Amino acid sequence: MSNDLLLDFSVNKESKTVYMTREFNADLELVWEAWTTAEMLDQWWGPKPLVAKTKVMNFEVGGRRFWAMVSPDGQERWCIQKFTSISPKTNFKTYNTFADKDENPESQGSEWDFSFSEQNGTTKVSITIYNESLARMERMIEGGTLQGCAMQFKNLDELLPALSQK
Amino acid sequence: MRRDIFQAIADPTRRAIIALIALQAMTPNAIAEHFDTTRQGVSKHLRILTECELIKQEHKGREIYYQLEIDKMKEIDKWIEQFRKIWETRFDQLDDYLATIKKQRNEQ
Repeated sequence: MSNDLLLDFSVNKESKTVYMTREFNADLELVWEAWTTAEMLDQWWGPKPLVAKTKVMNFEVGGRRFWAMVSPDGQERWCIQKFTSISPKTNFKTYNTFADKDENPESQGSEWDFSFSEQNGTTKVSITIYNESLARMERMIEGGTLQGCAMQFKNLDELLPALSQK
Repeated sequence: MRRDIFQAIADPTRRAIIALIALQAMTPNAIAEHFDTTRQGVSKHLRILTECELIKQEHKGREIYYQLEIDKMKEIDKWIEQFRKIWETRFDQLDDYLATIKKQRNEQ
């Protein structure tokens, strides 16, 4: 299985930036599709037991994805991801903000940069996240903490059978 | 005013102060000698670091010594570790999902 593919992860607190790189055992075409179509993103973005629910997505420059992380007890945390740049199957950039359910964004956000490259059937995805403020970076990481607690209930085995039945 | 750890380490002088007193507890004067800024400037940084609970005062005789709260520093690493775990889980889910999709498409 491909789960031993290496995750390279680092946080630069001074520049308020998170970097990560991960390889996936699939060709570029499929990996790009998984990151840029709502139906596919909602299948894996989780992380469990949270579920991603995309309400709107137009993957084009100037377009947006408006989506929520939904917890098992139905709590929703909404985010807006604006697509600021797209180079098909190579790179896309977004500006992300937390929002309320009516799509009113918070004032501060973060810039995300996603790069894709394929070598011998393996696709590397590199992500850079730059936060406008340290306070927001802290919130983003705290948000992760909440999900971290919830993750104790994760059940990775659920996803596969559910999908196979489709 | 609410203070947090990320604010504490946002400033290069404060990071230098942290590095300095990580080695040993020091008086405000001894700390100030290491910097070109004014005593008041250093005092302000010490106040912010104290409010962030990254350092604490200890009285020895007439002198005040500042020392580092190591556990608080560890909190930063803990947060980051949890954030990293989120992404590990997410990426593992993508691995599984990609495998499933590939299988489905091959069967078609």
